[in-house]
Amino acid sequence: MKLSNIETIPGKNITKFYGMVSGSTVRAKHIGRDLMAGLKNIVGGELVGYSELLQESREEAMKRMVAQANEIGANAIVNIRFSTSSVAQGAAELYCYGTAVTVE
Amino acid sequence: MWQLGITLSLMAIGYYFGRAAENKHFKSIRKREKKYRNLPAVTFKSLPPEQPKPTDSKLVIGSTVVSIDYFKRFLGMIGNIFGGNLSSYESLIDRGRRESLLRMKKAAKDADMIINIRIETSMIGQSANQKGSVGSIEVLAYGTAVKF
Repeated sequence: MKLSNIETIPGKNITKFYGMVSGSTVRAKHIGRDLMAGLKNIVGGELVGYSELLQESREEAMKRMVAQANEIGANAIVNIRFSTSSVAQGAAELYCYGTAVTVE
Repeated sequence: MWQLGITLSLMAIGYYFGRAAENKHFKSIRKREKKYRNLPAVTFKSLPPEQPKPTDSKLVIGSTVVSIDYFKRFLGMIGNIFGGNLSSYESLIDRGRRESLLRMKKAAKDADMIINIRIETSMIGQSANQKGSVGSIEVLAYGTAVKF
């Protein structure tokens, strides 16, 4: 599966469009990580636990998007966009969407 | 009275350790930025003209969550009263953005160019839903890495 965030796959021609595919996850933080992040908030800097958590969830969201594209028979997703929103206290929603296409 | 003592000591800890950590981080960012200087990363939507035909491409992502320290948060609160530049927050966001861009470039490995870079910032964490406070921010940078 080829992914890109521009309108085409560089060097390839799009032969067929299928429509939008998307994937999302809502993740809550681990209580241990939350505690560590609270402590880290005093000195500031990178919150490694959160960085990893969001990265994992984003990968999961992308996996769902790719699965959807596979199901309809596409072999690439173009114009992918990401968005993050905080839906509840301590939980974040990661959403990604794009257009499923076939390239030659 | 002892509550004030705790607040003051937290601020002192935040000031000393936070500043040391920030300087160290900026030093490492500058070092790595030098390393990736010959990888062009642009915000064009398509390849610039007069480039060879690309053979491979992939989506690359880099993200960071950074948080502000206790002392700077206090400075921010004071700054909110008088308005103007909040330089303590500026350095926080700058740090996050540059780190994310570096991670994205690291993910690109042996690519020759990254096009259509987009940067997104969002607030997460406990204070995300409280009005007027930035606790921790997440910066996401993504683009399409192209190999000629």
